[in-house]
Amino acid sequence: MGQALAEEKLLDALRAGNEEAFRELVREYQPSLVRVARIYVSNQAAAEDVAAETWLGVLKGLDRFEGRSSLRTWIFRILTNIAKTRAVRDGRTLPFSALQDPGRVPEAAVDADRFLDPEHPRWPGHWAVKPEAWPEDALLAAETRDRLTEAIEALPATQRAVISLRDIEGWSSEEVRNALDLSETNQRVLLHRARSKVRAALEEYLKEAGT
Amino acid sequence: MNEQVEQLSCQELVELVTDYLEGALPEEARLRFEDHIGRCGACKIYLEQMRQTIVVLGHLPEAALSADAERELLHAFRGWRSG
Repeated sequence: MGQALAEEKLLDALRAGNEEAFRELVREYQPSLVRVARIYVSNQAAAEDVAAETWLGVLKGLDRFEGRSSLRTWIFRILTNIAKTRAVRDGRTLPFSALQDPGRVPEAAVDADRFLDPEHPRWPGHWAVKPEAWPEDALLAAETRDRLTEAIEALPATQRAVISLRDIEGWSSEEVRNALDLSETNQRVLLHRARSKVRAALEEYLKEAGT
Repeated sequence: MNEQVEQLSCQELVELVTDYLEGALPEEARLRFEDHIGRCGACKIYLEQMRQTIVVLGHLPEAALSADAERELLHAFRGWRSG
């Protein structure tokens, strides 16, 4: 079934008051809504409030939704507006620069001390401490997953939102850009930093675990 | 391969991995990237680790909604329908 047609059917069901349709919609988007809300508000509880408020906004606007954007984009726009309002009310500075200009502060994917000096006469910028192949079985262990979750939690909120939507929820880069109102370049910068840090955390853990 | 082309260092390569995986590198830069990977075992491992990281992330469970929260939302939905 085409995306547009599926969405049309879903909208019809929602407008007809079909509870199952609403439940499915909520299950599909709630985790992402909370993740994105965390960019703007300070903690998990506040983010969940924002997500709940978003659903009320969705219900209120459903009859007037004309399908000019995708349902997903529309829902995330509602979320972003509510989250921003809430952030202002809570006296939080919005992380606009973090979203609109993530490249302003440079950040290395790998610590500089892992490499030889860029002026090294023979091997400028080559690995000094090389990465070693990971044991496949350890990668899939439950404890590795816990470490992964910790590593994601430790990321700045904007990076966490991008990597969660892309790599955990499996969204396309275009979908993420629309939901977060990001340029292509900025989406990639945030994704790169997030993935690089998560890789580094995995490397550190697997080295510990392997010895 | 044109030997005049300046080669990437490993330190430069790690900053291009996401652009490479996203298919965002211009042709020439992509060739330089792949040329480096072809002859540098350590960077090949690094690229593989980034791919593995993405795969493992894809296996993390998506965050779930608590039963309480879901109940409240369904309650709101019923209210909206009847209101």
